[in-house]
Amino acid sequence: MLATVGVPSIDDLFSQIPEGLRLERPLDLPRGVSEQEILADLASLARRDRAGEDLVCFAGRGAYDHFVPSVVWALAGRSELYTSYTPYQPELSQGVLQALFEFQSMVCELTVLDVSNASLYDGATALVEAVNMARAGGRSRVLVAGGVDPRYVETLRTYGRGSGYVPEVIQAPDGRSAPPTDIDPDVAAVVIQHPNVFGILEDVTAFGAPARAAGAMLIQVFDPTSLGILAPPGDLGVDIAVAEGQPFGNHLNYGGPYLGMLAAKIEHVRKMPGRIVGETVDVDGRPGYVLTLQAREQHIRREKATSNICTNQTLMALAATIHMAWLGPGGLAELGRQCAAKASYAFDALTGLASVEAAFAGEPFFKEFAVRLPRSATEVRDALVDRGFLAGVPAPWVDDGTLIVAVTERRTRQEIDALAIAMEEVLAS
Amino acid sequence: MILGAPVRRQGPPGEGTVRDLAQPGRAAWSFPDLDVEPTEVPEAHRRRQAPGLPEVAERDLVRHYTRLSQMNYGVDTGIYPLGSCSMKYNPKLAEVAAAAPGFARLHPLQPDGTAQGALEMLWRLEAALCEITGMTRATLQPPAGACGELTGLLIMRAHHTELGNPRSTVLIPDSAHGTNPASARLGGYRAVPVPSTPRGLVDVDALAGLVNEDVAGLMLTNPNTLGLFEEDIARITTIVHDVGGLVYYDGANLNAIMGRSRPGDMGFDIVHINTHKTFATPHGGGGPGAGPVGVVEHLVPYLPVPRVQRDPDGTLRMSEDAPRSIGRMHGFHGNFGVLVRAYAYVFFHGSDGLQEVSELAVLNANYLASAIAEDFPLAYPDSRPMHEFVATAAGLERDAGVRAMDVAKRVIDLGYHPSTVYFPLVVEEAMMVEPTETASGSPGAQSGPGTTEGPGGSAARPLRVHLPPRLTPPGASVPARSPADRVRGGRPRSGRAAPRRNR
Ligand SMILES: Cc1ncc(COP(=O)(O)O)c(C=O)c1O
Repeated sequence: MLATVGVPSIDDLFSQIPEGLRLERPLDLPRGVSEQEILADLASLARRDRAGEDLVCFAGRGAYDHFVPSVVWALAGRSELYTSYTPYQPELSQGVLQALFEFQSMVCELTVLDVSNASLYDGATALVEAVNMARAGGRSRVLVAGGVDPRYVETLRTYGRGSGYVPEVIQAPDGRSAPPTDIDPDVAAVVIQHPNVFGILEDVTAFGAPARAAGAMLIQVFDPTSLGILAPPGDLGVDIAVAEGQPFGNHLNYGGPYLGMLAAKIEHVRKMPGRIVGETVDVDGRPGYVLTLQAREQHIRREKATSNICTNQTLMALAATIHMAWLGPGGLAELGRQCAAKASYAFDALTGLASVEAAFAGEPFFKEFAVRLPRSATEVRDALVDRGFLAGVPAPWVDDGTLIVAVTERRTRQEIDALAIAMEEVLAS
Repeated sequence: MILGAPVRRQGPPGEGTVRDLAQPGRAAWSFPDLDVEPTEVPEAHRRRQAPGLPEVAERDLVRHYTRLSQMNYGVDTGIYPLGSCSMKYNPKLAEVAAAAPGFARLHPLQPDGTAQGALEMLWRLEAALCEITGMTRATLQPPAGACGELTGLLIMRAHHTELGNPRSTVLIPDSAHGTNPASARLGGYRAVPVPSTPRGLVDVDALAGLVNEDVAGLMLTNPNTLGLFEEDIARITTIVHDVGGLVYYDGANLNAIMGRSRPGDMGFDIVHINTHKTFATPHGGGGPGAGPVGVVEHLVPYLPVPRVQRDPDGTLRMSEDAPRSIGRMHGFHGNFGVLVRAYAYVFFHGSDGLQEVSELAVLNANYLASAIAEDFPLAYPDSRPMHEFVATAAGLERDAGVRAMDVAKRVIDLGYHPSTVYFPLVVEEAMMVEPTETASGSPGAQSGPGTTEGPGGSAARPLRVHLPPRLTPPGASVPARSPADRVRGGRPRSGRAAPRRNR
């Protein structure tokens, strides 16, 4: 090979690197090892973590321990799919393209909105993209309901540094959110999360009216697992809906890879970020799928693109697609009913303890709720870890004893009862 | 040696989407019987009409997506020489490692004390990436390269803002990837193109004329997007530093230089890495990836939060304590599962293996460039390419009317994945080819140079007959209607109420 290339040695292939810039020593890393050794190394690291059966998960706040059906990764794990690149060559990528088209279609069905894209990084960055869509019209301000997860607000704040806005949180988070009053023609977007960070069901339409009156877009952060039983964003007058898609088909993975879902009314399609797959026909008139409306994207429009996203979360979207098809309308409704019923049971079990009360009594919730503990929620949570429970996530901001508890269909009555007993013991000690 | 395989579909021909398989009342789902009292959704919040998701049996699902997988070409199918993408073989061991419950079932907000293994993995990977790139510390949070770019630009912005002026422009070579200018704009900067010389390198004199106190920085890949090493890199970084600018390294091409040279030693201040290129984490059909960003010492305070920190007693924690940080680029800690795979790759190959990866990648690219030079000359014949090269079909177009896209379609007909075409935009009829070190089909660094037969020989030779292209259907060159009409793809909603479980 060297002869074909016309150089005497490998070193000659690197001769363009000026002498002073060559690394004249080996990298300071261990030498390569066998497969057996690297797997043993990683397995020993994984064993130092506590998860799954070892730590029963009642934590949520945007990432949930839902059941992942076996069929999901049996199919998403097919290597023709997961070892392929972005489907730039449609003839070789019909599998991924069609699956993404199905994904977009299902997201539209869920949300009752017109168009969706082929995935964003995660829920928080999907919100950033939705806000960028809203601001593309030249308006500047971004109003955020108090019940939006502060993690999402922090993400907006970070990206806003570059785009030139500071998200304005309407009021301090305290149960249900208050609709905006300080709204003017410079407001591009009003953002609401429903169910909100405490799990509470918000009155989305109460945000839609002032937003519409001011000509601003209404953006909803939704929970896809709720949409078998809760009214969809499209029916609530929402312009752009975004979600963390992890609960469909994706394991917790310590925070990623997840996927951002985004769906919008058709009039916003040319402002949408990322890949969009369209159905078309080939030269023989057979259906086929292609990336479409690419004149929005960075590889064509460069600095004028709607977003910089290139690599996205396609494989996670494929897993979500398979999971959604596994559920169908009946399974999705059953999933919602089970989450809601078990969360309600857990709420009663925990608030039935002498020293625990509802943080927001009387507010309806879906699969997550907040309780107020007589002590630091972090301390109680940590003490419960020793008893095998990840009891929830302490509320952000100050630790005033508020613990946010999530209950998925995966939890059993027995586990909930055991959590209540353990919490009672911890609080008594 | 024949590389790659035609994409063929096994089994009976299927048609349509998963929805076309649906039969009312069919279902794949199963849940345990509800063991608590059912609840009612408050009237005002209730969904009135069930979503039109498909009603299919699990067997239908399996056949449908198996069929789709057979209509798809991956690295496991054959050579995938997309330039700038480093489509190398993805070792299977990484998939096994990432599936361990201690990683896969870990909740992102669980206490640090219960995630010490995950944190240790992140800590070691960060250190390894810093060693490979010559940086001081890194964030592993950005979920892809483009997000890494924006992270870097926000760091630049924070740095300049602290010095009193965020500045307003970022210099980007005209050959750069589209994400660079797109990220610059999202970072609040105007992208100013830097011209290339006839040799395909940054025009250093032009650069010197473009820099001023309003330039926040320069974004560059090295080897650059044309696969050429910027020999004047030390001068380039000095020119930018002299006006107080920072230099950003787009790591898409890191596969060329591991163990041979480091961006930090070239004068770069901020570096992103695409783990889904350099470190073989599978592309997933378009993602997920991960885009860790390393920085030099004085920029460390700006890195995103949370950051992994080690306490004096050795315990690791996710720390939010960084008052000068730009903030948060992702809802949680980034694409952790991808980072596990990157760790597996880095430490499996080790210092010796990573260097060999780069050496083989460069050798393969040069071999392939030589093998096809007669038909497809290098766009910049005066510079030796590194791990990838840009050839041009301009001559072929002139002589025979065959364009780069025709060549790509013909390569597809022959059963291979073609190279990138029409990128970089600055080259006429561009064909950007990156065979990677695994082009021979043997796994990674374990294949010696002698075993790496030139894949280009077999993939490209039939093109000599200059056949007119034939599309492998289904193709999309003649859309009958605008794809935009069908971006949704839903049929009219059925209006059926959710059926009860029925199996
Ligand atoms: C040179 C270059 N820069 C940046 C990117 C963007 O990286 P990502 O797709 O991971 O966002 C790519 C990816 O294609 C690239 O080739």
